[in-house]
Amino acid sequence: MIGHHEEVGVRTWIEGWPVYRQLAGPDRLGRGTASRSDGTESLRARTQDADRVTQSICPFCAVGCGQRVFTRNGQVTQVEGDPDSPISRGRLCPKGSSTLSLVTSPDRVTTVRYRRPHGTDWEDLDLDTALDMIVDRVLDTRRRTWQETDDEGRYLRRTMGIASLGGATLDNEENYLMKKLYTALGAVQIENQARI
Amino acid sequence: MAEAHPVGFQWVMEAKKRGATVIHVDPRFTRTSAVADLHVPIRAGTDIAFLGGLIRHVLETGAYFEDYVRAYTNGPMLLRGDFADTEDLDGLFSGFDPETATYDTETWQYEGATAPSAAGDRDLDVHETERGEMPGSGGAPIAADPERDDTMQDPRCVLQVLRRHYSRYTPEKVHEICGIPVATFHRVAEALVRNSGRERTSAFAYAVGWTHHTVGVQYIRAAAVLQALLGNIGRPGGGILALRGHASIQGSTDIPTLFDLLPGYIPMPHAHRDEGLQHFIESNAGTKGFWADLDAYVVSLLKAWFGDAATADNDFCFDHLPRLTGDHSSFRTVMDQADGKVPGYFVVGENPAVGTANARMQRHGLASLEWLVVRDLNMVETATFWKDGPEIETGEMRTEDIGTEIFFLPAAAHTEKDGTFTNTQRLLQWHHKAVEPPGDCRSDLWFYFELGKRIKARVAGSDDPRDRPLQDLTWDYPVDATGEPSADAVLREINGVDADGKALPGYTALRSDGSTSSGCWIYCGVYADEVNQSARRRPGAEQDLIAAEWGWAWPMNRRVLYNRASADPVGRPWSERKRLTYWDGEKWAGPDVPDFPADTPPDYVPPPGAHAAKAIGGAEPFVMQSDGRAWLHAPAGLADGPMPTHYEPEESPVGNALYGQRANPARQRFERADNHYHPEPGTPGAEVYPYVFTTFRVTEHHTAGGMSRWTPHLNELQPEMFLEVSPELAAERGLTHGGWAHVVTARSAVEGRVLVTERAKPLRHGDTVIHQIGVPWHWGPNGLSTGDAANELLGVSLDPNVHIMETKAATCDIRPGRRPRGPELVTCLADRRRQAGLEEEPR
Repeated sequence: MIGHHEEVGVRTWIEGWPVYRQLAGPDRLGRGTASRSDGTESLRARTQDADRVTQSICPFCAVGCGQRVFTRNGQVTQVEGDPDSPISRGRLCPKGSSTLSLVTSPDRVTTVRYRRPHGTDWEDLDLDTALDMIVDRVLDTRRRTWQETDDEGRYLRRTMGIASLGGATLDNEENYLMKKLYTALGAVQIENQARI
Repeated sequence: MAEAHPVGFQWVMEAKKRGATVIHVDPRFTRTSAVADLHVPIRAGTDIAFLGGLIRHVLETGAYFEDYVRAYTNGPMLLRGDFADTEDLDGLFSGFDPETATYDTETWQYEGATAPSAAGDRDLDVHETERGEMPGSGGAPIAADPERDDTMQDPRCVLQVLRRHYSRYTPEKVHEICGIPVATFHRVAEALVRNSGRERTSAFAYAVGWTHHTVGVQYIRAAAVLQALLGNIGRPGGGILALRGHASIQGSTDIPTLFDLLPGYIPMPHAHRDEGLQHFIESNAGTKGFWADLDAYVVSLLKAWFGDAATADNDFCFDHLPRLTGDHSSFRTVMDQADGKVPGYFVVGENPAVGTANARMQRHGLASLEWLVVRDLNMVETATFWKDGPEIETGEMRTEDIGTEIFFLPAAAHTEKDGTFTNTQRLLQWHHKAVEPPGDCRSDLWFYFELGKRIKARVAGSDDPRDRPLQDLTWDYPVDATGEPSADAVLREINGVDADGKALPGYTALRSDGSTSSGCWIYCGVYADEVNQSARRRPGAEQDLIAAEWGWAWPMNRRVLYNRASADPVGRPWSERKRLTYWDGEKWAGPDVPDFPADTPPDYVPPPGAHAAKAIGGAEPFVMQSDGRAWLHAPAGLADGPMPTHYEPEESPVGNALYGQRANPARQRFERADNHYHPEPGTPGAEVYPYVFTTFRVTEHHTAGGMSRWTPHLNELQPEMFLEVSPELAAERGLTHGGWAHVVTARSAVEGRVLVTERAKPLRHGDTVIHQIGVPWHWGPNGLSTGDAANELLGVSLDPNVHIMETKAATCDIRPGRRPRGPELVTCLADRRRQAGLEEEPR
């Protein structure tokens, strides 16, 4: 490197030194151009390397800030505030800014975990098998806890044996299928965070 | 707001930059207080006294917007002669039955109301409580056209009744109850009045600091009364803004995963009240306003769900809907679980093992199930209570003894699926899928679609009548190559279609003859013109402030509800400065979608017998209400009083300074061994729990931590449970800044690092000094930063309208050092309960 700079002159070499530029130039605090180096110039933001940008909405609170999800090779590489949003104008709070970590967290569980009654540890279980087992339990519980009428003979047509909790972190379409299916099953103890 | 909704708060700062006065009323000094013009510390649980004081100020000084009040509120309506106020009955309204702790609301009605909503029903005790959320999109049904006095001088008119109701909420009384100095109260009152009226408006913003009380609904009502008196509803810069805490908590209320509602705030049918479709419609629909078309909404919903099977001959399958018989809300269910009565439980993106009041009771419920399905991104405590929950540590439970079978199904994140969130301003915003979910992770749409598909296949050949609803259920959604159902198709079903299968333009197109379908009438229009309107993203910079082409707001893409009220009765803007929707001679004009039939002139008087929208007069802006007016006094729809009244929380250190009735008489209490309440103030044992605590959020964490305790940055920013105390309390109890302390209640004890700060201020109540402790509620045993859950401390007592628990004001003790561990915690808590007289001495 020294040899290269000797060729272009000592002056250029000195000017390439950030401390000199900070002391001699206008950027006395060293927060701008003075601190730039060849290394800086070679850095590329993950947003520049993305092969796709998808518009999304922050999943935390109900302000509904716009997000831009940057992806590369099918992986999320960055999540930024969406400047187009008239609500958030590009801003995200600390939680919204943690979205990349949330969706790419190494701690995220990505396989089905099963704990048998009285079991002392988790076991593996195939997703398809898990679904069938859940269907078995829903139908069995429904059969055993069915209430056709009350003690005065009025129609109830329900089960008080299957409850559900959650919905405020989900999509409207998901809540819709939940309420629709539960109601057809006769399950009424359906609740979410809006109450508790 | 700056803490929990920081990006929304930018608009408060924009307003401040343009001259707005920002007032922050909160027991704690927060980042909001730091940038407000005025921080008003208040004793937790006393906001109705404060708001009532403001209402009194506005009425007694004549500062209310008289023209607005006369024309647009029920201020002139006459009440029945037999209505009795809390002033007459020392804290009760007429109609209270102490046996059942419920109100018969008949005497709250208007004079001359021919068909009072409650009187005709056979189950008064359950009637109003189960309809408490129906006003989510409008008022309760009442008979229209009651008698009124437009001079508002008649002693029986609502305005005069209101004046009398609040006559003793003086600044001095506010000081005594809330701890707010008289001079501070006057500063607030004057700023509010100065910024209301024709030329200016004021807004209120609130979050669960107002709703999590045994009188939570009445807190919001108090703000509504005040804003209606000041003319601050339906006008730019006005309103009452609910700051909700989850991405689609509004959506999950609109399309409710709630026990008492069907989509669009239609009540779930009741076994006794709603025996057939016709009876259901008659009992729940008004004759005036948009609720009068309830039959069209219900029939369209049944058509969306049961398709061709729903016909006029079979009541459109109305009897496929299960019936309620009482309160089946979450806490009742959890108590039934703990008592071994509920075998199965789905928990989807929620974490009750640490996230819900009386967390120990929640875990006992989980441990008493036969099977549990947990769907989440992270391994939350609700899925792991059997392995390493607090009761395993104390020895109250043994893993081997817990029979609950648990399926943990990993969920897809929002970046891995299409769908809409409805934000806090009723705005539906579509989020596009960016990547495929990893491994076994699936969307909840996939899970419920798949579950329904398999269940339908199992019962396809059944001749059991109970399987008919499942057999008739429409469940055909297109799927992609990965098996993921189309969220777009589901949204289109929610919007609804006409007889030709074309997407409907809006809810006024819905019919009761079965020719239309719609999965949620208030969302009808989100797919108008066969376009997913929620996915519209015209940049805000290219639009006006209304930004009507970003997303879609219910109803009908309206951004300011009741915007007809921004014009005077003849249709002129109240002021040019506050112009929004106005009559231009032919139609209602302005940048927003008018909240009014656009061609109804301001002088329109409905003919006798007019129905629904046609029955709303041209000068009656509150079109979702059954009388077109804002309600200062609520003649129907509330379980605990027609006007907000100050009651002390379930647990408070002092009695009620206004009435003999201490707390909300209609609140729901559960006297159980796993849900002890502290002794009432002034009774023996109350001194064991002498302080007030209130739970709160920090910016860097989200709710009970399910989405924030697993990411590194947030846990570096807020790594540890802490307890906020004042220097005075620290001195009184020997607490050291940075050291450990634990908070104790009859339910449990939680520990945290002591944060001694002048941001926590003791308040004076007469001669008593009241100390308040701030307890953040984000922690639990799992994740990158762990700590005790604040919800261990709380008992369960509920608002009777909406069954929401009181978390924002309760009593406690605080002691230096860490809490006892293992079995010692159990004995220590029992000792304290015995000291307080809550438990017998062991034999």
